[in-house]
Amino acid sequence: MGEPAASRASVELSGPEVAWGKAGGAWPLADVPELTASGLRSACLELCRSGARLSALCALGPPGERQLWAVVADDVRGRVGLAKSRLGPGEAFPSVTSELPQAQAFERELIEAGVAVEGHPWPKALRRHRTLEELGGRTSEAPPHPFFQVEGPGIHEVAVGPVHAGIIEPGHFRFQCHGEKVLSLEIQLGYQHRGAEELLMRSPPPRRLSVAESIAGDTAVGHALAYCAALEALSGVEPPQGAQLLRGVALELERLHNHVGDLGALCNDVGYLPGASWFGRLRGEMLNALMELSGNRFGRGLLLPGGVRFGATPDQRRRLLARLPLLERDLRATARLTFDSASVASRFDHTGVLSRELAAELGLVGPAARASGRDLDLRRDHPAGIYRSVKVVPAVLSSGDVHARAMVRWLEVERSLAFVQERLEKSPERGLSEELPGLRPSSVAVSMVEGFRGEILHLAVTDSSGAIAGYKVVDPSFHNWFGLAMAMRGNHISDFPLCNKSFNLSYAGHDL
Amino acid sequence: MIDLFKARLQQGGQTTAFPVAKAELPARFRGRPKLDGSKCRDGCNLCAEACPTMAVSTRPLKLDLGACLFCPACQEACPEGAIAFTAEHALATRTREDLVVADGEAKLAFALDAAMQKLLGRSLKLRQVSAAGCNGCEAELLALSNVVFDLGRFGVQFVSSPRHADGVVVTGPVSRNMEYALRETWAAVPSPKVVIAVGACAIAGGPFAGSPAALGGVPVDLPVHLYVPGCPPHPLTLLDGLLRLLGRLGAPKEK
Repeated sequence: MGEPAASRASVELSGPEVAWGKAGGAWPLADVPELTASGLRSACLELCRSGARLSALCALGPPGERQLWAVVADDVRGRVGLAKSRLGPGEAFPSVTSELPQAQAFERELIEAGVAVEGHPWPKALRRHRTLEELGGRTSEAPPHPFFQVEGPGIHEVAVGPVHAGIIEPGHFRFQCHGEKVLSLEIQLGYQHRGAEELLMRSPPPRRLSVAESIAGDTAVGHALAYCAALEALSGVEPPQGAQLLRGVALELERLHNHVGDLGALCNDVGYLPGASWFGRLRGEMLNALMELSGNRFGRGLLLPGGVRFGATPDQRRRLLARLPLLERDLRATARLTFDSASVASRFDHTGVLSRELAAELGLVGPAARASGRDLDLRRDHPAGIYRSVKVVPAVLSSGDVHARAMVRWLEVERSLAFVQERLEKSPERGLSEELPGLRPSSVAVSMVEGFRGEILHLAVTDSSGAIAGYKVVDPSFHNWFGLAMAMRGNHISDFPLCNKSFNLSYAGHDL
Repeated sequence: MIDLFKARLQQGGQTTAFPVAKAELPARFRGRPKLDGSKCRDGCNLCAEACPTMAVSTRPLKLDLGACLFCPACQEACPEGAIAFTAEHALATRTREDLVVADGEAKLAFALDAAMQKLLGRSLKLRQVSAAGCNGCEAELLALSNVVFDLGRFGVQFVSSPRHADGVVVTGPVSRNMEYALRETWAAVPSPKVVIAVGACAIAGGPFAGSPAALGGVPVDLPVHLYVPGCPPHPLTLLDGLLRLLGRLGAPKEK
């Protein structure tokens, strides 16, 4: 099933000049090499060609002093590399997308932010909509956005969204079809843009944590953890053991409620109603477990820069430990019935296939990548907090279809359940939170968290007074939306809801 | 097939006893806050300073549930215990003003007028519009249809087309990029129709209040019939609000 670790490509040590370090660490700005624009481009390209991934490429800072930042992840050695570049007046960043497709969305984001990117094959703003801006009475400088079109006899176009037929976030999908068959899907997002990164920089501190929890509401714990870890790195504080343990439990409960909910939604989309009903109910039980610990079904209010707000009382642990085996029993029964059902298999198998090569080329992360044979999991590759002392075995499958994405989730449900039970059984560790001193001036921190969708990255830069001057959030969905578009090619349009659900990406997390 | 029945029997009935019996929520759950302004120290403003969304004001002590994210920051900041969140989940109101709580009684939602109740009281079809909602409120609205909360037993249902709907349920701070789609959806719903604002974002912008990229909630020209506060509201808070709106929870009727 999985590939042996030895076969995982390794990055040459004598690579281009970047500052290496651990995710969850901080660097003085002076230690991060400043490259030319083409130097930054070739650093990204060379490192990714030798096995690293592009975790972020972004512009930070006010327009006059704007710098480009790149973060690459070397998963085999468990380190991240940083480099930056300052564009001169009128200078353009030479696009790397044609050679490194995983940069495509990052570069489109740069274009949107007003950075000139030369040679991007599809230089369209990611989130801004000229038509909408003009309809709203705003003057728009956003470039118009024609959709990619296929021409020929019998080709027709299907437009879906932003308002969809269910309770789901808004986005626009444009299909080019021949009969039922999808030749191309273009996904246009941006409807959810709320200015989250801006608010993370300029709001008063109590507000920032709430914004982080709301980047994607289903990932409240994951993003809050990445935000707290970035601040902790910038202030050189290690949260106490007790806090790290509870953060891990909350993160795994978040993985559980989302994965279980996704399995139910997948059952619903193929008309397997026992699975839809029971997984749906069991998701609620996972949310209730988070509520038991945090007072909120999504774990909001639990994390705090420096630690956690609440501990788990012996009474709470007892209640949860009594409840979890019952839930596990029902989950197992439901999963067995679902995966044994011929009607489910006939819809899950060979639907929405994404090859391992494509998943690697597009830089996919999380369960979607693991379902396509990519052996990646930040909890093992870049462990932070409790994961430094707990071995996580990634669930890796190779078929890359809806079945694999469902099965990876189920395997992770089993492992996360065991993780939560083991942690709750152990005697509670001491310490809930540390006071954070001020942030280190002129520094940069990178935090990475394996959320239920994959890699959550936060990048924070401080100015000479220790105030946050630049903040970048990369939700795993940002890496993965293009994977959904590619997985749809050659499939029937009627399978789109199923494929979409099997990726279950965040619109809000992408649009920020 | 026999395994299906066995699994079904093993799991038993799962539907909540609410509204026939009171629902039990864990002690740590943060529902309706209890305020006691008489405990406030002179000149103390700690709760207001700790609040992420400026929902708390002092002199006199008030909490705007519409802006409140139900985080425990104000409760923690207060050295006198003047603010305490209780496990009471009933929170929805009919007016924006009723969301502002002080020491007094809760002003929970009252029912629609008799004509609207006759039309919608036993069959309410709703179209949900996520207008930059983070998927927290959306997830809880979705949970309403699961076997635990089973919204269908009250004749309330989420429908796909606005043409089939009696109203819209709005979540999110209404990003500028969603304003047009929200207005179009609302216009497509035949009258008479209702607007239900769900969550701190739709009511007051939530953590995104003041962002230039969003309107800060449902546009002022849309008539909101029900406000359901929370971040996100618990499904029971949503269910309670909907039933009160339809006059099915024994709440006093509209004056």
